[in-house]
Amino acid sequence: MILIVDLSYRPGSLSADEFVAPVEHIVQQDGYPTRIRHYAGLSQQDIASADGAILCGTAMKDFGYLEEMGRFAWLLSFPCPALGICAGMQVMVRVYGGGIHQKTGIGMAEQQVVAPDSLLAGRDRFPAYELHSLVVVPPPSFRVLAVSPSGIQAIRHRERPVYGVMFHPEVRNEWLIRRFLSLSARGGVQGWPHRE
Amino acid sequence: MKLGVLFSGGKDSAFACHRAMAKEEVACLITILPSNPESYLFHTPNISLTALQAEAAGLPLVSIGSEGVEEAEVADLSRAISRGVEEHGIEGVVTGAIHSVYQTTRVQRVCHDLDLWCFNPLWQRDQAEHLLEVVSSGFSFIISGIAADPLGREWLGRLMDGQAVEELLALAEKARINPSGEGGEYETFVLDAPFFRKRIEVLRASREYHEHHGIYRIDDARLVAK
Repeated sequence: MILIVDLSYRPGSLSADEFVAPVEHIVQQDGYPTRIRHYAGLSQQDIASADGAILCGTAMKDFGYLEEMGRFAWLLSFPCPALGICAGMQVMVRVYGGGIHQKTGIGMAEQQVVAPDSLLAGRDRFPAYELHSLVVVPPPSFRVLAVSPSGIQAIRHRERPVYGVMFHPEVRNEWLIRRFLSLSARGGVQGWPHRE
Repeated sequence: MKLGVLFSGGKDSAFACHRAMAKEEVACLITILPSNPESYLFHTPNISLTALQAEAAGLPLVSIGSEGVEEAEVADLSRAISRGVEEHGIEGVVTGAIHSVYQTTRVQRVCHDLDLWCFNPLWQRDQAEHLLEVVSSGFSFIISGIAADPLGREWLGRLMDGQAVEELLALAEKARINPSGEGGEYETFVLDAPFFRKRIEVLRASREYHEHHGIYRIDDARLVAK
């Protein structure tokens, strides 16, 4: 089961239609069972039964999740692959000790791959849809995979199957979510633990 | 949260309004009236009848004119949304964008500049499923404009019931056009919606058609009890 986490301002918000439903659609199209949960309503059972987790983005004015970082401590011990999209990437970075700062990106922008990774499927550059007013400063435990003119756009933890992308792959780059799902199905990358 | 819906009178903005009403307070509809029929950003056939639709819904309408020149349209959009803030206290905007990055990028930028929320509740939906859901949710709409090869003049003014939607989806698949018409392949006009208190009856209309381009112009219409 892939746990899809809604980071928007309240459960079942108008933003969930925009940022959660498209991700859910892609995951279900690929044949994976899903469980949608708002970040404030996650249970231990939700986390323990997940084979992978995707933390979705939010509206540009929505920053409530940053006031409740204690709710995301589970990510530090989550044994399966996790992908943070936009707000989800900010959460990943904050949980692991990194920072965020203001930098706006709205619309399609060219992404430059600076460190090849299986998540990016051999691409050197590709256009992607950005919608953010913050960008991340990842901690040393993360490697930067891709950048755009508005800042760091893709990262991966050096030792754990944890990824973050600032652009929205559910728009015109669905392949990246499918790539993440295939890594989840294979147990991340070689040597990473995977739930039996 | 008080929201203004960018409203063209077509099925997508009306359905977005319906979704927004289920979760937030819709305080007004916002319409841009482009004088250029080839407007880059805004839907045009029968756009002036959004006033009648707003009356049917019992919602106030904010409307402003636009010359329909590509980048000036963004400034016009900003002016219209600002009026929604001043007159109705809206804190955010709702659009009916589905896949148009061009359209949503511009609205997102305007909202960001005005420090407003922006919601796109139809974003990335499967277009065929969306079309079917609009019909099954109790919306009544007609084809008000066409601009694609497989759509002939017989589609102008056609009521989009289940049978018509099935035919349209088959044509769209065969001709590889966007089934929801977001690329401008066709335009729609909503006669009734679940949030309308009255429905619209077309009293007089005219058709213009030339080489796969056509408009169903509603010359006279009225509100009637549902």
